[in-house]
Amino acid sequence: MIPRRISPLRIVVVLVALILLVPTLMVIPMSFTSGSTFEFPPKGFSLRWYESFFSDPTWRDALLNSLWIGVLVMVIATVLGTASAYGLSRSRWRGRGVVRGLHMAPQIVPNIVVAVAIYAVFLRWGLTGTTLGFVLAHVCLAMPFVLVSVTASLDGLDRRLEHAAASLGANPWQAFFRVTLPAIRPGVLSGAVFAFATSFDEVVVSLFLRSPELQTLPVQMFDAVTVEIDPTIAAASSLIVIVTTIAIVIPVLMRRPEKSNPEGTR
Amino acid sequence: MASSTSTVRASGRLRAAGRLRSRSWWLVLPAVVALCVFFVYPVGRIVGDSFFSGGFGLDHYAQLFDDGVTMRVLVRTILVSLAVATATLLLAYPYAYLMTIVSPRVRALLIIVVLLPFWTSLMARGFAWVLLMQDNGPIDRLLGLQLMGTVWAVIIAMTQVLLAFMVLPLYSSMQSIDRRLLSAAESLGATRRSAFRRVYLPLSVPGIVAGFSLVFILSVGFYVIPALLGSSQESVVAQLIQERTSALLDFPGAGALGTLLLVVTLGLLLLVRLVARRFGAPSIAPGGDR
Repeated sequence: MIPRRISPLRIVVVLVALILLVPTLMVIPMSFTSGSTFEFPPKGFSLRWYESFFSDPTWRDALLNSLWIGVLVMVIATVLGTASAYGLSRSRWRGRGVVRGLHMAPQIVPNIVVAVAIYAVFLRWGLTGTTLGFVLAHVCLAMPFVLVSVTASLDGLDRRLEHAAASLGANPWQAFFRVTLPAIRPGVLSGAVFAFATSFDEVVVSLFLRSPELQTLPVQMFDAVTVEIDPTIAAASSLIVIVTTIAIVIPVLMRRPEKSNPEGTR
Repeated sequence: MASSTSTVRASGRLRAAGRLRSRSWWLVLPAVVALCVFFVYPVGRIVGDSFFSGGFGLDHYAQLFDDGVTMRVLVRTILVSLAVATATLLLAYPYAYLMTIVSPRVRALLIIVVLLPFWTSLMARGFAWVLLMQDNGPIDRLLGLQLMGTVWAVIIAMTQVLLAFMVLPLYSSMQSIDRRLLSAAESLGATRRSAFRRVYLPLSVPGIVAGFSLVFILSVGFYVIPALLGSSQESVVAQLIQERTSALLDFPGAGALGTLLLVVTLGLLLLVRLVARRFGAPSIAPGGDR
């Protein structure tokens, strides 16, 4: 069953892995350039673009806005999405399919259409250029991830646990918070991370909702390439790449010994 | 990424559990209200406006068909999206396949390699492609290819950016294929290749359908990569929509374009599903010889 060490299949897979990883790494050498263009390979060495990222108010505010909006989206989308996932998987009624479809719809409607639609309505409601506007739009985009992730955990959960809690006199709230929630915590947490990442990374809707006073980091990065030619984006990109890498590699490495079934909830 | 439908477990039904179950439907209300107000209403409104602004009519659509540009851009968008979905499928299939047969340790590594770009900021990856493909950049100098501003730049970058969205559904469907079926086919006289083609490939069709549909949907509405690497001479629909909205504030026109895009997306989803049903899993039913 196991192929020989060097098979065509393995060569193809190594190539695909390189395609996945290598292009993005280009931003790291770029971030140390001493020039002020995107000339690549970069000339000289300096930390000026990192300094610019943390000291330039435009970049710093964009980063702080993104973090703040991301946290709000994470909390709201996780609470609403978890409640929905629980409601859908723990009750049977007509229209459940429709409600599930409604939750997934933001992923089926082309992104640019969602962006223009939300922009048109938020413009009328005065929500463009406001934190609330960004949060509400991002929550809709993030909810599908929370629903999928929590639903997967709920499906893997032994129902008898809840039944046992109920038969021992727990009311539904107690049963949920003391039994169900601890058991589905991995799904809820990964949903929360997905929600934060969705918001933190969102470009298109944010490009429409931005105002001169309020914009997010991806929007500022978009400007840095399309409008300004500002190598600070290389420093921003490198930091994101490094933080993301650490955040993904460490849990996977730590989990290795016990992790044999990929969707095991425990 | 597909949501799995919960299975009804015929476990002992305590009355208390029944109460727990029937009462929990209202938990979906907050999310449903939020989605209706901030997603369904806006999308419905922009679709509606494309028909009804200035009295019911198809003026906004007629205009799109007449201007000579829009239809060309729409066709280009569909072709680019099909190219991206096909390219990701060809690259992701062997990758996902290998993921199912290697040791858990190698599999963990392969998963990290897929997840890293998946989680890394889209803007960082788009910017990296700008660096590589810019005039006088590495690809221009080493290979003599001036890709910046062409559809090829858009296709290549989108393929890399969306690869993970193909690998993950493929892997999750391949994971559930019983590999003993391959041995069975071979022991019944099939060559290794025909066992793969006649048994494994049809069984992996659900993953192919899921991945292809997902990547196509994401490509068709993709704005960022075309905006960074494409050009207005070779634009895609997302750029036209953005231009109509931001520069011209023509919401009914943008809505008509968006509605067209939506119809194309749903049409393709339906088509892929029909084709899959025709050529998919049923064809390996016992005795089903084609």
